[in-house]
Amino acid sequence: MAKIKSLDELMKIKEQAVKDIQMRDTDKRGKIVVAMGTCGIAAGAKDTLQAVVAELGKKGIEDVSVVQSGCMGLCDVEPTIEVVMEGQDPIIYGHVTPEQVVRIVDQHVQNGKVVSDLLVRKGEI
Amino acid sequence: MPVATNTILMCAGGGCISAGEESCLDALNKAIDKYALQDVVKVVETGCMGMCDAGPLMVIYPEGVYYQKLTPADVDGIVSEHILKGRIVEEKLLDNPLSDVKTQNPYDDHPFFTRQVKIATRNMGIIDPLKIEEYIAHDGYFALQKALSMTPDEVIAEVKASGLRGRGGAGFPTGLKWELTKKVPGDQKYVLCNADEGDPGAFMDRSILEGDPHSLLEAMAIAGYAIGANKGYVYIRAEYPLAIERLNEGIKQAKELGLFGENIMGSGFSFDLEIRMGAGAFVCGEETALIESLEGKRGQPRNKPPFPAQKGVWGMPTLNNNVETYANIPPILTKGSEWFSSIGTEECKGTKVFCLSGKVKNTGLVEVPMGISLREVVYDIGGGIPGGKAFKAVQTGGPSGGCIPADYLDTPITYENLKKLGTMMGSGGMVFMDEDTCMVDVAKYFLDFSVEESCGKCLPCREGNRVMLEILEKITSGEGEEGDLEMLERLGKNIMDTSLCGLGQSSPQPVISTLRYFRDEYEAHIREKRCPAKVCKPLTRYIIDAEKCVGCTACSRVCPVSAIEGAVKQVHEIDPEICTRCGSCVQVCRFGAISKVSP
Repeated sequence: MAKIKSLDELMKIKEQAVKDIQMRDTDKRGKIVVAMGTCGIAAGAKDTLQAVVAELGKKGIEDVSVVQSGCMGLCDVEPTIEVVMEGQDPIIYGHVTPEQVVRIVDQHVQNGKVVSDLLVRKGEI
Repeated sequence: MPVATNTILMCAGGGCISAGEESCLDALNKAIDKYALQDVVKVVETGCMGMCDAGPLMVIYPEGVYYQKLTPADVDGIVSEHILKGRIVEEKLLDNPLSDVKTQNPYDDHPFFTRQVKIATRNMGIIDPLKIEEYIAHDGYFALQKALSMTPDEVIAEVKASGLRGRGGAGFPTGLKWELTKKVPGDQKYVLCNADEGDPGAFMDRSILEGDPHSLLEAMAIAGYAIGANKGYVYIRAEYPLAIERLNEGIKQAKELGLFGENIMGSGFSFDLEIRMGAGAFVCGEETALIESLEGKRGQPRNKPPFPAQKGVWGMPTLNNNVETYANIPPILTKGSEWFSSIGTEECKGTKVFCLSGKVKNTGLVEVPMGISLREVVYDIGGGIPGGKAFKAVQTGGPSGGCIPADYLDTPITYENLKKLGTMMGSGGMVFMDEDTCMVDVAKYFLDFSVEESCGKCLPCREGNRVMLEILEKITSGEGEEGDLEMLERLGKNIMDTSLCGLGQSSPQPVISTLRYFRDEYEAHIREKRCPAKVCKPLTRYIIDAEKCVGCTACSRVCPVSAIEGAVKQVHEIDPEICTRCGSCVQVCRFGAISKVSP
């Protein structure tokens, strides 16, 4: 590894390290809950989860955490994800394939618009 | 590459390791394999999280949920419940003393955590001690960078202005020590770290070294720059292998990044250090004995003056501070002396790390602002005395300290106040005692330690303490006489006045302070041949209540020395001559018929 010669170089290492450990920060703008019950996994929730993580990583979104949950009882519309953004009602989406994840992250997480054709439920369960 | 979605911190402090952290970590890794979570879960081993009593501890982020007292079986359950299904595992959460609902994130609502102010232990339990990047993410090495952009005198002025005082026990102003060492002329100077933590019940230095080794490295380099030294030594007990390992790894990583060793951050300043292991003699925590030992000689104190600042390691000017003192330095530089001096009291700035042990509910490691009252430490942070017993005393300052009784629970903790109460801050061990503790027995225990650890160089400590111990043994075996207490006081005073080093000068302290606050207990032992706490074996005996005994023979069958006589369905009797006071009979009696008495 290159030796640090200046404050800027030290700062760069800090910024990268902060990114790496930001997952531990509980102070986030929102979270995406992926239902990982048996039904969800059978319907492909593992791919959905990977896609959510990958998409957030790709777009450099660090203030949204990804959480896994169990079955929320909507087995026929699995895989489901719940998007909870600060100051907004939680939104549950159904039939979320990796392709749809890209849309949800783009429209909802980044631009605050609900992806209506995938909407299953709005508000607290 | 997918980003980890959950980070699991496992506490790998000494307490949790001995409670079984390693097998839990194995179980965790197996569970992660089993559920194929390698890409979404990141596991980090951290330093001590402080709540050793609840170990092994685990924290799951992003939620920040703490799980306590883990077993490998629990771990699998937590992974499948919490990580896979998102359900909190209630029964493994920490109990919240303030409410019936268990606590999920104790930093929000558990008084053990909310009452603490963490400066020296700021990174412990939060970062991975084996990754320098995590230390840097928490502002690590920014203090060193800042120091190198200042003049050495400016650095010293900042430390002086902070009001930081030595955390090893005596409370000497740290900035002044740095200034004095800098002013002594000499081409070769040394920075020394005393990591020979020897007080029974004190483990903060080990925890800092294990949990945040870079904090010490950074501070020692800053000290080197300030006083004009390019070489340092860490004198550490060989009984701390994990601390040594992590310190060595820290040095290696810091050197790779150019933050330690030759030409630090291109500034032209170089600083390197060497780790010296001590064989565990208590006296080597005394700075001059430590230096003797470091030089390869027998660990015995030298005369002072000359002080180490004038003639220390290899006869050169040496700056010596302990681990906790150094750990305070980086935040003082990054956040400023004004911030630091806003915490604590007028004379004692900042915080102090205490190790709570003995009869207290939450044993572990806490960092609190100076000036906090003992009551807050015992009841709010410590969670009170277990089993509904009454608080009797707290022993501070290790074997050189004294006991503080319940009457002084509201005293703010400062160096001066503790001294006034006849004890000392010491390195910060706090041993709590409840009503079942015999203070004469406690004094005997600590004096026995000092006798055992006396280096033997000077007579008052070597012989005086031995005579004092003999008197205490006489008293606790029921052979005390009038005049013994006066003799103890006279001897104690002489030893304190005439011993060469700080250890000898303070060794009678446990006896003197218990005599001051619990004289009636001593008198009961001598005059009534009675031990009020029913601890001293020769002064106690077990008796069977004839009303309650049904003659079940359980006690006589369990008695290892056949001291209990009695036929079936007849009242039994214990022969005090044969009885060894082992207490086995009390354990088996289902009728509560056996009790311990002291006449």
